[in-house]
Amino acid sequence: MKTMTSRRNFLKMSGGIAGVSVLPFLKTMPAAAQGSDTLVVVTGQTINSLDLHRTGTNRASYQVAVNCYDRLVSFGTKDAPGGGFSYDYEVIEPELAESWSVSEDGLTLTFKLKPNATFWDGSKVTAEDVKWSFDRAVSVGGFPTVQMKAGGLLRPDQFEAVDEATFVIKLDKPSKLTIPDLAVPVPFVINSAVAKANATTDDPWAMEYLHMTPAGSGAFKVARWSPGEQLVYDRNDAWVGGTLPAVKRVVVREVPSPSTRRALIERGDVQMSFNIPDKDAAELADIVDVYSTPIENCMNCLCPNTNFEPFQDPDVRKALAYAVPYEAIFQTAAYGRGAPLWGGEAEINDIAWPRKTQYYTDLDKAREHMAKSGYPDGFEVPLSISLDLASWMEPTALLIQENLAKIGIKAEIEKIPGANWRTAALVEKRLALHLENFGGWLNTPDYYFFWAYQHGHLFNSSNYMNQEVEDLVDATLHMPVEDPQYAPNLKRMFEIVLEDLPRIPLYQPALNVAANGAEGYEFWFHRQLDARPLGRA
Amino acid sequence: MATANTYPRLRAVMMRIAQSIPVVVGVVVISFLLTRALPGDPAAYFAGAAADEASIEEIRVALGLDKPLIQQFFIYVGDLLQGDLGQSISSGQSVAADLAKRLPASLELTLTALIVSCGIAIPLGVLAATQPGSWIDHLCRVVVTAGVSLPTFFTGIVLIYVFYYLLGIAPSPLGRLDFIYIEPDRVTGFYLIDAAVVGDWETWLGALKQLVLPAVTLALFTLAPIARMTRAAMLTALSSDFIRTAKAAGLTNRKVLYGYAFRNALLPVVTTLGMVFSFALGANVLVEKVFAWPGIGSYAVEALVVSDYAAVQGFVLAMALLFVLLNLIIDLAYTAIDPRIGFASK
Repeated sequence: MKTMTSRRNFLKMSGGIAGVSVLPFLKTMPAAAQGSDTLVVVTGQTINSLDLHRTGTNRASYQVAVNCYDRLVSFGTKDAPGGGFSYDYEVIEPELAESWSVSEDGLTLTFKLKPNATFWDGSKVTAEDVKWSFDRAVSVGGFPTVQMKAGGLLRPDQFEAVDEATFVIKLDKPSKLTIPDLAVPVPFVINSAVAKANATTDDPWAMEYLHMTPAGSGAFKVARWSPGEQLVYDRNDAWVGGTLPAVKRVVVREVPSPSTRRALIERGDVQMSFNIPDKDAAELADIVDVYSTPIENCMNCLCPNTNFEPFQDPDVRKALAYAVPYEAIFQTAAYGRGAPLWGGEAEINDIAWPRKTQYYTDLDKAREHMAKSGYPDGFEVPLSISLDLASWMEPTALLIQENLAKIGIKAEIEKIPGANWRTAALVEKRLALHLENFGGWLNTPDYYFFWAYQHGHLFNSSNYMNQEVEDLVDATLHMPVEDPQYAPNLKRMFEIVLEDLPRIPLYQPALNVAANGAEGYEFWFHRQLDARPLGRA
Repeated sequence: MATANTYPRLRAVMMRIAQSIPVVVGVVVISFLLTRALPGDPAAYFAGAAADEASIEEIRVALGLDKPLIQQFFIYVGDLLQGDLGQSISSGQSVAADLAKRLPASLELTLTALIVSCGIAIPLGVLAATQPGSWIDHLCRVVVTAGVSLPTFFTGIVLIYVFYYLLGIAPSPLGRLDFIYIEPDRVTGFYLIDAAVVGDWETWLGALKQLVLPAVTLALFTLAPIARMTRAAMLTALSSDFIRTAKAAGLTNRKVLYGYAFRNALLPVVTTLGMVFSFALGANVLVEKVFAWPGIGSYAVEALVVSDYAAVQGFVLAMALLFVLLNLIIDLAYTAIDPRIGFASK
């Protein structure tokens, strides 16, 4: 769409209404020029593609999949801790699907599409479009394919368009993760007729075309995209996926400097500043509306790697857990935003995760454990952090370093460039002591355990291996939450890893959003802007 | 060669361009090798956090990074010869399109800043040199010291704070144009020129307003070397024999100052200008970040951070070509200022 947009037809494209509402204001000061139909959002991230399935599409671009495309189903809405709303993992709501049913054995999922759902070009959304889009997601490789796999969606032959309005998914084994996985941004439905018309033999999935030109049925169309500058969404008035957005146009403007973003939101020239630093969130809280939502299923952790000999000693790991200055880290690195994860009960009575651990800062206890361990005289260890995440990792590492020195562990901080971090920490898993912040999209504890505690899995950067945890996670991952064994399994898993401490939870980080003149903000696990519920206050 | 011989200037220019070819070839080879030597694995990076080995491998193949280095180099050079700079993974656009969009943004900012800077620094330097020890000389010194000692990101934030946040007279620091304007049809990529070409003065004014603060920030930074150099060169010129002769011959002060002293002092000033221009274009990064300016500096830094090979190579190559051109212009300016400099002989 971008390539076809000249400044003349841009105004025409915006459907007259928006064009008319903008034109007369051109002579006035910019601050006064925002109609009540337009919402301006600033962000520090850059959108690099309009197609989530493409290789190299970054996280910030996921919002296009959310705002411009529909999925079969979506999550509900609930009040969020820290203000505003949050998506509700427990509630699945229809988006393109009108209704759905699961067969007795849990292996066949049948979806009925909404009869009035249309793509932007007016054509009807059919089961064939859904099939093509799902085939694409499992075939293109990379992130989308991995995410589909999490829900047991592996091959095109699992998807079938029975008739125009009926779509069937066949599973190899029943899983409680399948339906939630259909509500994540990845399995979005593309206008397959448009896509196929722009596909080539080298590019059967129209990656090049959809990269620049979305073809969906979602709540917003892309009116204009200047990579590195801005993305302009215009409302799709024919949207049937949910409640029609209150604003006609949303402008997402990229402003890299946090100070500039702060000045803009304070002055009220923009209505929302997305993903602001914890420091700004703490300081702006009295001036504008600030939503700090603890990120579900996410923890900032200190990870002692079992590859490093002293960390094979359970007393050394316990000593670490008692030496960490939790409160100071939470206040200094997170400015009190998020949720504390220390000083809880040792006994596990519920299945909340992330949860408060039984550990707290007590240097005497830490010294006792060190004295009991095989390393009473301490040792030296590099403490690695990623430069990309330096805003929380650096102060955290410095505070940990200071306390470790008091129990005889000499930690030297090693800063690793962002481009190397993933390889060093997650792939090679060679960092002796490091900070890590995995968060799972699907909000069940077993999903977190699958990624972060099972041996060889990507986010298990501590090389943790415990046979009982392996078996428990395998048994629980696809088990329905109603299963009587579900809660006991989780509690046992919590117990083991909080005793073994391959990851020492520090705190649960928050996603901070400041609003000045906007309302309806909703937190999503994907941590990107969902423009659909937003309105002008 | 007959035409070239009749136009010695043209011949000299052609010679210089020919001489720059090895430089460009060197830049191509070195930038290719250096980007490959960068730490980090772009395939792993772009596969995303949750990717497994197989999907990383798929991406490595898709990016052509599984081939031997020498083969990658020949593919790159082959593409380059066809004018294809490759595809930037981090921005998702072709590198040529990125550069074509971002280079004018940086150039517009840098050139405006330099014009502002010269407009202040050169008269200031000249006046300071003609009246050493006077208040204007002290003013010059203060401005120069302040200019170099304030880092650009700091000046930028202070200017935003005062003129936008407190006084509200500057527009929102949202890049090249506020979102209510539509960017002018592309002719040169310089918004001021493009808007003027179509006579859209509304947009022209909007672009100018956005340009003021970042240009002033950058101008403050570049003021110092130009003012210092002007002052020093003028002092040297004013104390030389030919000035004494000119004065003794009874020429007017004006004629002595501008006809003889200033013209001789211009050479080092032009040299400095060339240097200032090159580093200002690179040092833009921080100004660009603060003012959300979609320029080339922040582009290159971001590409570098994620090991986006094509983008980094394209940037280095574009800069190399730009500097070859810049040096040529400066050399031509030398001969225009001082005919004694034999350009053709070099």
